[in-house]
Amino acid sequence: MPEVRDVVFVDGVRTPFGKAGGVYRESRADDLVVKAMRELLRRNPNVPPARIDEVAVAATTQTGDQGMTIGRSAALLAGLPSSVPGYAIDRMCAGAMTAVTTVSSAIMAGQIDLALAGGVENMSRHPMGEGVDPNPRFLAERLVDPEALLMGKTAENLHDRFPLITKDRADAFAVGSQAKTARAYAEGRIQVDLVPVAVSDGEQGWGLVTVDEVPRADTTLAGLAGLKTPFRPHGRVTAGNSSGLTDGATAALLAGADTATELGLTAKMRMVGFAFAGVEPEVMGVGPVPSTEKALRRAGLSITDIDLFEINEAFAVQVLAFLDHYNIDDEDPRVNPMGGAIAVGHPLASSGIRLMNYLARDFEHDPSARYGITTMCIGLGMGGTVIWENLNHGSAA
Amino acid sequence: MTETTTDGALPGEVVTHARVRFIDLPLSAGTMALITLDNDRDHTRPSTFGPAGLASLDAALDQIVATPGVIAVGVTGKPFIFAVGADLSGISHVRAREQAIEIAQLGHNVFRRFGELDVPTFAFVNGAAIGGGFELPLHCTYRTVSSGAAALSLPEVFLGLVPGWGGAWLLPNLIGPADAMQVILTNAMTMNRQLKPTEGRKLGIFDAMFEPADFLEQSLHWAARVLTGEIVITRKDPDRGLWDTVIGFARSTLDARTHGAFKSPYAALDLIAAAKTSTRDEGFAAEDEALADLVMGDELRASLYAFDLVQKRAKSPVGAPDRSLARPVTKVGVVGAGLMASQLALLFAKRLQVPVVMTDLDQNRIDKGLEFVRGELTQQVDKGRMKPDMANRLGALISGSTSKDGFADASFVIEAVFENMAVKQQVFAELEAIVSDTCVIASNTSSLSLTEMSSAMSHPERVVGFHFFNPVAVMPLLEIIPSASTDGATLATAFAVGRTLKKSTVLVQDTPGFVVNRLLNLVMAEVFRAVDEGTDLAVADRALRPLGMPMSPFTLMQLVGPAVAFHVMEVLNDAFPDRYPLSDNLRRIVEAGKPGIFLPGGKGNPKLDPEVLALLEQGDTALDEAQVLERVAAALAREARIMLDDGVVSEPQDLDLCMILGAGMPFALGGLTPYLDRSGASVRATGKRFLGPGIASLPE
Repeated sequence: MPEVRDVVFVDGVRTPFGKAGGVYRESRADDLVVKAMRELLRRNPNVPPARIDEVAVAATTQTGDQGMTIGRSAALLAGLPSSVPGYAIDRMCAGAMTAVTTVSSAIMAGQIDLALAGGVENMSRHPMGEGVDPNPRFLAERLVDPEALLMGKTAENLHDRFPLITKDRADAFAVGSQAKTARAYAEGRIQVDLVPVAVSDGEQGWGLVTVDEVPRADTTLAGLAGLKTPFRPHGRVTAGNSSGLTDGATAALLAGADTATELGLTAKMRMVGFAFAGVEPEVMGVGPVPSTEKALRRAGLSITDIDLFEINEAFAVQVLAFLDHYNIDDEDPRVNPMGGAIAVGHPLASSGIRLMNYLARDFEHDPSARYGITTMCIGLGMGGTVIWENLNHGSAA
Repeated sequence: MTETTTDGALPGEVVTHARVRFIDLPLSAGTMALITLDNDRDHTRPSTFGPAGLASLDAALDQIVATPGVIAVGVTGKPFIFAVGADLSGISHVRAREQAIEIAQLGHNVFRRFGELDVPTFAFVNGAAIGGGFELPLHCTYRTVSSGAAALSLPEVFLGLVPGWGGAWLLPNLIGPADAMQVILTNAMTMNRQLKPTEGRKLGIFDAMFEPADFLEQSLHWAARVLTGEIVITRKDPDRGLWDTVIGFARSTLDARTHGAFKSPYAALDLIAAAKTSTRDEGFAAEDEALADLVMGDELRASLYAFDLVQKRAKSPVGAPDRSLARPVTKVGVVGAGLMASQLALLFAKRLQVPVVMTDLDQNRIDKGLEFVRGELTQQVDKGRMKPDMANRLGALISGSTSKDGFADASFVIEAVFENMAVKQQVFAELEAIVSDTCVIASNTSSLSLTEMSSAMSHPERVVGFHFFNPVAVMPLLEIIPSASTDGATLATAFAVGRTLKKSTVLVQDTPGFVVNRLLNLVMAEVFRAVDEGTDLAVADRALRPLGMPMSPFTLMQLVGPAVAFHVMEVLNDAFPDRYPLSDNLRRIVEAGKPGIFLPGGKGNPKLDPEVLALLEQGDTALDEAQVLERVAAALAREARIMLDDGVVSEPQDLDLCMILGAGMPFALGGLTPYLDRSGASVRATGKRFLGPGIASLPE
């Protein structure tokens, strides 16, 4: 048996996120992820491209420009040597997270040394649910609730399950997310990991996207109160307290700790462990609770050891369900310090690495923090959690 | 301008719009106004500049100048294309010199603004940049280029023009006269050679090069670094001390090559020479004048006509049957394994990618043929032009045999045996016994009658003439000749195969010598007639320089060999005894076994063979060069008229296409008939022109 090795997150970048139907409506998804991959390699010139052992790229709707084994096709389009293999990953919203954990598993097992993981979703071109063909048995045999496939409805279901999570709390959390994002932007903490993307639009000519298109810094509670609840009459879930439909791509470099040392790479975080767990599909938003429980148990840690939380804000209710479970205050500064998906958006399979980028910046900002988690809920009733150790922390392994 | 629409567009102008976006540059460098040139078509219709397009670019600059806070201007193109220059379709409408001057000035007036704004300008050359599309970046302060840009050139001289929107002054002042001439003259005159992005970078035309995957992002990032002072571009003024020497050397090289036959290279040379000391204003004004002179000359009109023939007519041959009639070709047979046959086998295998079987009478010749094929493939691999796997694939497709049995399942068999009617008829008879009834049987004969060749066959309808030019891999022309009985499916298959072989095909009727050999041998016949009468060999050989052909008549004869030349002449003499006399002097040269009238070797500067001179028996009427030329031109005019009257080809355009692609007549002459019209030979010899004024010449 090969020895288990430490895996480090060396670096991660992403494209600015765009509103579906917005800046990237004419951009191919494969081009987006290729631009992120190339920027990652430019930022890490010590990485010999031929040493990359795998390219794992996630997309939820794997068709057209998101199909064709996108990890391999993106590797070729990015100009990596043809000797570098690649594959496609799909775990819906946790695609990029799964790309990271999958290549990391191979690194831990000593089968590879260095890998690119990435995710992309162009929801302008590939709306959620494009081309799906659910097996009729799901409904006929009541395997899932009919509402399980519509994410907004699962969020409403979560409000039902946890009556203490009110629309007001959800809206307040959303306003906080926007405010934290605006502050992080003002401090220049978000832009550092963005790769500008040139976009062509026949009517306007070439432009350059340098910042996220989605955030609305002027969001107020009063403004959110009047929004429609599209998933249920007099419901609680609105466009304001959930992440919108978004386009974007992310890429990250993972390495064995020994390989990073050999190549002189400065790593940002060490992977402590990870877990995925399933829940009833109709309340998929609660997924992060069991996956975090499982990951903590396996790592021999407790929730009190965790100093920073990056939770994907698919819906405010789902973040609040997690916080309530662990008795964490809605406004706890350890949670999503730079804001989250409610403000910047959630291009499904890309978001896992966006969370990791944020956590790496949180760690850098606060060297006293030792452990952090990135966690997210996943369609069809799942949660995923990765525990990381801050390499800026004095006692880091 | 001529007729224009309300927005100033030429009729039919596909307008290239200049679209402006104001962009926040990276590194907090400030706001750039980025212009995108886009004609709203895909990359198969590249952006060009007509009057409305230039007006759009001008308006974009007005908008930018009126916008406060812009610290730089950028210009780039739609995907894969930067811009490919002036919309030349307008030229044929120009009837007055003032109109021509106006076109030149319009381009200058808009383009030069990129060099005269208060803020730096950047050209981001993302793809093809040709002609005016190459000149626009030269006006800018800085230039980046995509390593994937497929075509970069100033092809004006190739077309009979000069870079007249700033290029002829700006380029030598940027990179010096020697390198500028490489781009403007040498490349243009070498089959319109394109610059590779790395070459452009090395010559100092481009300041930075980035890969296509994120070319614009990296270019904008680079521009930001230039604007923040992180990158400093220093330019060395070219050495003006050596300027005149360089020009002098170039002029003598040009003289030796063209003997002054064409105007545009000299006009370009003069502009580059003057750029040594002229100011920008003077330089651009000189370009206006030069451009107007050329636009108002027949050379340019003929070039554009020729260019159109080669680009369009050559691709959809007139008289070819409907493509749907063509039969699929899945296996090819080549009768013969000599040099011609081996070249054919290689070409068929390469382009059709189907099995090709060569046959010959003895194994030794087959081995030699296969050796030739393998050698060629190895050479391609060694030069990096072919991947080893492809060489293996093609090598495996080509086989040889002394038996024709391998042709049984072939769908196309071509013979390339000795040019003799009886031999070819016998080959056809043998083939017919083996191949299927629908197999196309083609002959690469250069002059024999297809109808006679197939007269004894039971299925003559599948015979067709398929006349290549040597060297087969290089020469673009293929004459396709139906016999009296060739059916539509056979002819359609022949054209389809020709297209797949990437040849330009012309339909020619079954008449001796077809087009190219009939006309070239007429030239030879007239030259020998003059020599026989007493004209000096050297004078006769020099006399045809104004026809601009790549080889003089005797150089050509040296290449094909006097025996072959005499043999073809006999065929033509049989058919047209009065117009194709058999020269006794040529017969003597053949009988003496001479390789030609020149001593062997002496390439470039051939020496007359004194033994050949001793063989000659000449009369006492010595013509000068002009008289020889006039006689040859008159004979060509009469012959071309006869060929058209007899329907050998359908229109003069096909004669021109054949002479451009098969005999290397230059674009600037427009092929044969525009030259005959322009020189007056057609009217003098036949009483009328071949083409109306304005088709390949200035309109009246």
